[in-house]
Amino acid sequence: MMQTELPALFARMTGDEKHEWAAASTLDVLWVLYDRVLNVAPDRVADPDRDRFLLSKGHGPMAYYAVLAAKGFLDPSTLDTWTSWDSPLGQHPDRLLVPGVEISSGSLGHGLPLAVGTALGLRIQGSPARTFVLVGDGELDEGSNHEAIALAGRFGIGTLTAVVIDNSSASHGWPGGIESRFTVEGWDALVVDGRDHDALYEAFTAPHDMPRVVVAQIRKDV
Amino acid sequence: MRKEFAKTVIDRMQTDPRVAVVIAAISRDLFPRTDRVVDVGIREQALIGVAGGLALTGLRPVVHTYAPFLVERPFEQIKLDLGHQEVGAVLVSIGASYDDPVWGRTHQAPGDVALIDTLPGWTVHVPGHTDEVGPLVEDALNRDDRVYIRLSLHENSQAYPTGQGFTEVRRGRKGVVLAVGPVLDRVVKAVEQEQADVTVLYASTVRPFDGDGLRRALDETERSDVLLVEPYLEGTSAHVVNEALEEVPHRLRSLGVKRHLELHAYGTAEDHDAAHDLDVVGISTAVRSFFHR
Repeated sequence: MMQTELPALFARMTGDEKHEWAAASTLDVLWVLYDRVLNVAPDRVADPDRDRFLLSKGHGPMAYYAVLAAKGFLDPSTLDTWTSWDSPLGQHPDRLLVPGVEISSGSLGHGLPLAVGTALGLRIQGSPARTFVLVGDGELDEGSNHEAIALAGRFGIGTLTAVVIDNSSASHGWPGGIESRFTVEGWDALVVDGRDHDALYEAFTAPHDMPRVVVAQIRKDV
Repeated sequence: MRKEFAKTVIDRMQTDPRVAVVIAAISRDLFPRTDRVVDVGIREQALIGVAGGLALTGLRPVVHTYAPFLVERPFEQIKLDLGHQEVGAVLVSIGASYDDPVWGRTHQAPGDVALIDTLPGWTVHVPGHTDEVGPLVEDALNRDDRVYIRLSLHENSQAYPTGQGFTEVRRGRKGVVLAVGPVLDRVVKAVEQEQADVTVLYASTVRPFDGDGLRRALDETERSDVLLVEPYLEGTSAHVVNEALEEVPHRLRSLGVKRHLELHAYGTAEDHDAAHDLDVVGISTAVRSFFHR
């Protein structure tokens, strides 16, 4: 399935218009990750050496579900059931209900600490797998993220990449730039256009020894 | 108890590559510096979050720090990063309700077991003697689910078998006193002082609750009267006693750390026991008023 089919998949899920912008902001990042970067596949969801993608910002998962459907993790017809009693698809994802979903999320500020633990666990076990986690710029208000940012830097977890969707949602902004909150803890940081697929791909795949943050800027007016 | 816990875990780490330790500065000198001992510093939300991530990769995290910082501060992480992810961990606390009251209320956690009890799927151990710690930790490491072990500086004079339901310490006819963890010696002294004709059961494991054991004990008594004595928030196990006895007309009284007291006091653990009627005098008074009617 091609990226051009995502809008139609996306449109099959209605009723969470409040988070449509949140979902739309993540669509390009998710597509690039699942189409070109992540070493994952529907028939390898339990492979211990698969790459891990953790959607920390569980709000507005329509884009996530659309990409998972496009990549064969979900039957597209499942999208029509979303949020119903029998559906595996809720307005926050549940890892027990959807193959390929690595964490159940929704409450903000949980994915990054979980990602640090996941990356550490894989390193301890000698796995080559990489860990990617997607957070929002508003979500970074949660202090738990900053505990995790500090730890990942001190532990030098080079297999960890945090993607910050910067759609200017943080109540009080990030003076000095979001990336500065990471670099002060030793992270490698890149700021890219969150709609530019080649730039995202480069940022996700260029070698790095320390944990990397990719700040994916999304503007509402373009 | 803390040293026995650490020794048991370190010994196990030699043979079990699944076991990893996550600490938050406290007790760092008890564990070796290896890649499977992760000190997150004073970051208790990350303490649980990192443990959840380790568990997601198949490791068996043992998470340890002072009780209020293990259970109360990162409670949402316990609920979501462990429970809702459906992964396991062994949480081991020190400090109990008020082991070191000179530090004041900030370092007291009488509500820890009650909080854990709001979440499904947890096993809760409250050892009353150092010799009970090793077997309970071993059992927890053998499993994949969620276990909370509450260590204390205060101990009974002897250990009892673990993992076999409640232990009958004394048999009587007028009812049952159920003593949890380190309060057992005080309960036995109180019962002896009052010459109360009651059965005393001892529990180092409170979840799952040995309802069958309680019913069997009450089958041998003339009355279905139960005095529950717990070293944490009063009435924490009242609901499981009532569930176990839902078909049995019964009376229940709960002793524990009083819910209505926000103590602004230091002193010793014994001072706090007295304030909460968890000393021999307080327990004796409860035994007298509850059973001698």
